[in-house]
Amino acid sequence: MPAESELRKTPLHAEHLALGAKMGPFGGWDMPIQYPDGIMKSHLFTRAKAGLFDVSHMLGVVVRGADRALPDGSGTLSVLTNEAGGIIDDMIITNAARGPSEKRKRGDHLYMVINAGHEDKDLPHMEAQLSKFDASVETLPNNGILALQGPAAAEVLQALTPVDLSQMPFMSARPMEVAGEQCFVARSGYTGEDGFEIAVPPGGGSQHAVRGLWSTLLEREDVTPVGLGARDSLRLEAGLCLYGERHASSARNDLDDTTSPVEGALAWVIAKRRRAEDGSFCGSDRILAELRDKSRTRARCGFVVDQGAPVREGTALRDESGAEVGIVTSGGFSPCLKKGIGMCYVTPGRNKSGTKLLAEVRGKTQSLTVTKMPFVEQRYYRGP
Amino acid sequence: MLRSSLRLTSRVPAASQRLARPALLARRGLATKFSKDHEWVKVEGKVATVGITDHAQEQLGDVVFVDLPEVGAVVKKDDTMGAVESVKAASDVYAPVSGEVTDVNGALNDEPALINSSAESDGWMCKVKLSKPDELDGLMDADAYKKFCNE
Repeated sequence: MPAESELRKTPLHAEHLALGAKMGPFGGWDMPIQYPDGIMKSHLFTRAKAGLFDVSHMLGVVVRGADRALPDGSGTLSVLTNEAGGIIDDMIITNAARGPSEKRKRGDHLYMVINAGHEDKDLPHMEAQLSKFDASVETLPNNGILALQGPAAAEVLQALTPVDLSQMPFMSARPMEVAGEQCFVARSGYTGEDGFEIAVPPGGGSQHAVRGLWSTLLEREDVTPVGLGARDSLRLEAGLCLYGERHASSARNDLDDTTSPVEGALAWVIAKRRRAEDGSFCGSDRILAELRDKSRTRARCGFVVDQGAPVREGTALRDESGAEVGIVTSGGFSPCLKKGIGMCYVTPGRNKSGTKLLAEVRGKTQSLTVTKMPFVEQRYYRGP
Repeated sequence: MLRSSLRLTSRVPAASQRLARPALLARRGLATKFSKDHEWVKVEGKVATVGITDHAQEQLGDVVFVDLPEVGAVVKKDDTMGAVESVKAASDVYAPVSGEVTDVNGALNDEPALINSSAESDGWMCKVKLSKPDELDGLMDADAYKKFCNE
């Protein structure tokens, strides 16, 4: 772990300290883990009103090139895969529309936001892959990025922008003016709630423009700052994966570069035209084979703890005979359901809803039930 | 800074009064002692009531689950005797004294947040019949513990 002085700071670092946030390292950045209200309150506030997250540790990447399958101004979850069919990173990719006056014209680039600390891995890979095409990659490291999430998010943002947000369904994105700054706004997030991710360029002033927008948003009583602790519990309730590095002996996160999209229950991100053609994408040998002959050796699924302590990541899962059948990759307490929930990888077949699994926590055996995700209903805005 | 980093929830307005109780008891000779692992011990006769400190609950944040020892279990000083869990993480609770567990606070099973609202009173975890009362001498008094937390 890098020393504190080596950790990178977002443009909002001073704001987090002033709010009394507990800071901690994440992906090479010194980030707010929780604010004085604590994880539980921040979590429930986000589900009730709106939470504001500093996600400037994530990196905006622009890819220019001709062949883009997405409709203009719309986005989708996707993954970057390596030659071995493992997931290098997961992200939302948007075919970025131009300015409002040009909205009928075709977008001219893809915009994606990659995970913190991933640039050294993702960018060389993308550049190598894109050398086969007429395409280029550019990063936007100076942007501040805010996520505004929750049922009040649209009303809050609407007060600050001339763009009619009711015309923007979930997963759409476009440039727009927010509180006087030209931003790029995507209606997406990592909580299962309606919400927005707002990329804010530095602006021309003496301080980064994201600092002004952060303060403006927090002036509202229906907006509270939320740290990475509640970001994690919110995304888990929403059934969304956390990408992480594989540790020596145990899985610690839901996706890593050994996990295929089929194992990760993300096969839906592979478009029809990619499935139709062998060798049509990086890692397709393994991934298409797993799709065809169901040859995956593990599958991601969700579980709820029937009774007792939360079951945390790294815990082995067994069947009733005591045989090991999987491992927990994300486990915690659901503030909304008031019980333990999590994600795990199990032997295919055991991932079926209703399957009973056993886990040992501090010497006590607990029963878990495999459950469909999301654990808490997603409330995405689907349009007028 | 640590003390201000977590605010008690609004559901527990009585917290400040409750936390004053150990001091009152101290004046009557029932001094509360503290361990370096942030447990408190209050002795009446041969039985010690044990819990985690207010400082510890502040550090943990909202307690969502408490693992208590079994009544009748024999615990050894510094061994794990239970756990408290927040949304984010599980923390072991170590026995600050050795002895036999004679009672546990079952209320924590239904209301783990009692540890947040009343760590050093209603949020007690268990009672231990002391097998080595001398161990109490190795624990800190309130002032020493306060200093220890501020280090």
